[in-house]
Amino acid sequence: MFVQVTLSLLEGFLTTMEIFGLTLLFALPLGLLICLGSMSKIAVIKYPIKFIIWIVRGTPLLLQLIIIYFGPGLLFGWNAWGSDNVGRFIAALVAFVINYACYFSEIYRGGIQAIPIGQREAGEVLGLTKGQIFRKIILKQVIKRIIPPMSNEIITLVKDTSLARVISVYEIIWNGQAFIKSAGLIWPLFYTGAFYLAFSGLLTLIFHYIEKKMDYFRC
Amino acid sequence: MALLEVKNIKKKFGSTEVLKDINFDLEEGQAISIIGSSGSGKTTLLRCLNFLEIADGGTITVRGRQLFDGSDIRTRSDKEIRANRTHFGMVFQQFNLFPQYTAFENVTLAPIIHAKENGQSIDSIKEHGREILKQMGLEDRMDNYPHQLSGGQQQRVAIARALAMKPDILCFDEPTSALDPELTGEVLKVLRGLADKKTTMIIVTHEMAFARDVADKIIFMDGGRIIEQGDPKQVIDNPKEERTKQFLSNYAKNKE
Repeated sequence: MFVQVTLSLLEGFLTTMEIFGLTLLFALPLGLLICLGSMSKIAVIKYPIKFIIWIVRGTPLLLQLIIIYFGPGLLFGWNAWGSDNVGRFIAALVAFVINYACYFSEIYRGGIQAIPIGQREAGEVLGLTKGQIFRKIILKQVIKRIIPPMSNEIITLVKDTSLARVISVYEIIWNGQAFIKSAGLIWPLFYTGAFYLAFSGLLTLIFHYIEKKMDYFRC
Repeated sequence: MALLEVKNIKKKFGSTEVLKDINFDLEEGQAISIIGSSGSGKTTLLRCLNFLEIADGGTITVRGRQLFDGSDIRTRSDKEIRANRTHFGMVFQQFNLFPQYTAFENVTLAPIIHAKENGQSIDSIKEHGREILKQMGLEDRMDNYPHQLSGGQQQRVAIARALAMKPDILCFDEPTSALDPELTGEVLKVLRGLADKKTTMIIVTHEMAFARDVADKIIFMDGGRIIEQGDPKQVIDNPKEERTKQFLSNYAKNKE
């Protein structure tokens, strides 16, 4: 039984990992775009984006998943996500990407705005272009500053992936829970915790390593 | 012909006039000290020369070439400004060293980027960088990061960084104001050395004795205007204007 449960949970965990990995892949760059938009001097870009960030950060991710999955059908009679597993997975992914991009954008913004203006000015008086100043001077300092809040957010994402089961994405908790009905077993559900722990432990080590790597300078 | 000619420079922040019709010139190899109380416009003037602020009007001419003309929109474009601003070097009150680079990398970063753009040799730039740091007495500090250096050492790296760009005119914005009193001496010594070597400099400072001894000319500013300019000993010891006298006597009182 243990082997059977482990295999089933591993299968669910693979889906968990897919949501996790793909969310990062899309949300990290999208977050940067949203960040630049929210810092834009152009009001028609800045305020709509600030509004979206407010909505996304101000409502539960659980609710966003439900709205994104059911919304198009209920509101417009539009079957946006099809009716198979893949459709539900994509809907969940869209919700996660939007949600996390908004959180990341605020972390980026904090990191960028924390860089003293003198750094940019020092680059300017040396005749560097805006792009050179960003790439050669600002970027590394921003990365160093945002690693602690980013690692927090990314470890939260590991666990947030479990919300996808609300629209029947078969991630690890879904699979663990299934054993309650099918075999009357509760321990597989508890067992899922071990997978989360192991993975967030690994991430903690990775972030610790990156922090150590950037320890050689202070800003 | 003067190396630098500044004519009718004006600058407003909102409705506040920070600079009202600033005129002065600077000969090659001379050092000017700008003195005056906080808010008199000294720093803004320096920032206008480095194009960190864009003046609203007036002209800036270096070696007979007009770099900036408030009435000519072309001289305000990003590209034009970038090309022109390297005539001026800038040393900031807060040093503004790049924390992720060593002293040597801070000094050579921008010259290397420029050399790569123009296809010039990088070896000679590195050699020049080492030489300048040596001049600043930092030969054994080249591979240290800014946080491993004292304030005085950091400011000397910042001076080396500005010098490495071979500017026509080196500007200092209160270079010792962020330093412990014990550390101001080593930076002032470096400035004296530069003056002895006939480096063309503009130094905004509160160090009156230093200004008097080292500068070839003093400019006293108040309320966005140049109130008095001339020979340092004459301006400091025998000021003509009432406002200058007042400033200097307040300064002397606070010193005690």
